[in-house]
Amino acid sequence: MAVLRPFDKLPELNCATILLVGAEGGPQQQLAEAMLREKKDFNINIHLASSLPLPPERDHLRPRIDLIAFVIDIKSKYSLKNVQASLAYVDVRFFLGKVCFLVTGVGRVNNCSVEMNAIWKLGEDYCSPVIFCELELEGIRVATAQRLLRMLQICAGRVPGVSALYFSLLMRNSAGD
Amino acid sequence: MDEVIVEYIRRTVLKIPRDEIMAVLQKWGFLSEAQLQTINFRQTKESISHSVAQLCEESSANIKQAALLDIIYNHIYPNKRAWSVYRMNKTGEETDFFDFRDFKKKFRRQIQSALINVTINFREYEDNAIWIRIAWGTPYTKPNQYKTSYVVYHSQTPYVFISASTLRSNLPLLCQAMVVASNYHDIREMELRSHCLNSLKDIVFKRYSQNFQTNYPLQERNVLTENVDLRINDENSSEKERIHRLNQECFGDGPQPKLDFAQYKLETMFKSDPKWDVLEKKEPFRCLVKFSSPHLLESLKSLAPAGLADAPLSPLLTCIPQKARNYFKIREKKSLHPGNFVSP
Repeated sequence: MAVLRPFDKLPELNCATILLVGAEGGPQQQLAEAMLREKKDFNINIHLASSLPLPPERDHLRPRIDLIAFVIDIKSKYSLKNVQASLAYVDVRFFLGKVCFLVTGVGRVNNCSVEMNAIWKLGEDYCSPVIFCELELEGIRVATAQRLLRMLQICAGRVPGVSALYFSLLMRNSAGD
Repeated sequence: MDEVIVEYIRRTVLKIPRDEIMAVLQKWGFLSEAQLQTINFRQTKESISHSVAQLCEESSANIKQAALLDIIYNHIYPNKRAWSVYRMNKTGEETDFFDFRDFKKKFRRQIQSALINVTINFREYEDNAIWIRIAWGTPYTKPNQYKTSYVVYHSQTPYVFISASTLRSNLPLLCQAMVVASNYHDIREMELRSHCLNSLKDIVFKRYSQNFQTNYPLQERNVLTENVDLRINDENSSEKERIHRLNQECFGDGPQPKLDFAQYKLETMFKSDPKWDVLEKKEPFRCLVKFSSPHLLESLKSLAPAGLADAPLSPLLTCIPQKARNYFKIREKKSLHPGNFVSP
């Protein structure tokens, strides 16, 4: 089936899976490698896709997805449109903390093609945190990888007492509304 | 006259990057090794150029030497000029033996019969390329050495590469002289222009790697599936392979010739929803679309893998090297089936 559902499959032992959807090419691959290099006490699988829906022929091989990170490249309007189109294929129960938006390219302000308002609105409409980063810089890439890993750990249920629903705290605006 | 020439030489030297000045001057061969040793190449370019100008004045450089230096500079750095490609036609028998002296004589005579105030210099290079430098004047003034046109002609081919610079009014005279001197009948401008002379040559002489239709799949699949870590799964790997294969078919394997832009002039009817009622005058909608890039064909090649365009690309874009043109005029197809066609 075309729509991604969060609890359709059984979880694997000691394993968590993250799906990175969005901007093709280098940044995705490098982020995945950075995540794999981090020290962790469980196995992770990283799936890369350029858009949803995922090809159905590999469905039976795919593990349960614990966290979806949509990667938007600020330099390309096309990546925002792509992500917006892909959101239709995600089951609504994913949006209880198992989805986040990763906005990359913020180091280059003068190449910005995507409106900030559009991104904030996207985060609010889908009740998911928005993380800004610059994946081309080594240090920020590693930091983002660590954050995603921590989120993945929580989404996979590996941290006792903390569930993915707590991520709504990440969205609280400091202006306080 | 001398000061003008010396100043011209000085300005030409100023254009050369500092590390290359010594090599260019040696290639020029006008100044002896001893004289070159006296120049201090560690000072600023301005001072180096003054030293060179001084030496040239002492050695009484004439206009021919100055023109030769200019030719050498443009031969090493042809990408500073914009080149257009022309094709000559002849009807009838095969070319007979090409006589360089005869060619030079006819060319000079043809130009000077119309305009006496010109400086014409020739230089032949190993790859059968003849470089012609022409400095134009007017019937009343001496030739201006800074207003030059260059012609590159490969004697075994009907192609001529011309960089006309500012004075385009002399272009017909130049073309006429080429035709007469090389024993052809006429000359026609191809719709192909770029800054990179070598790429123009590659396209016209078909020296770039072209794709050939093969019935056997290519063996280099492992390039894409080199994913070392099995924990990273690419969901779209089959799609990526398809795009890669289509790209290979369109563009071939090797480096693409370097073009600066592609220009499409549209003279087609505006097709809109009938109820919008736009442009009821039924005139063609005139529109100019220009793609520019530091390296146009490579960027077109990387559009589909970067996810910015669908593969396969439009044939209007991929036919550029095969058709050897980057100016297109697209008109309405006047037949039963509405559509577009590209004019020859």
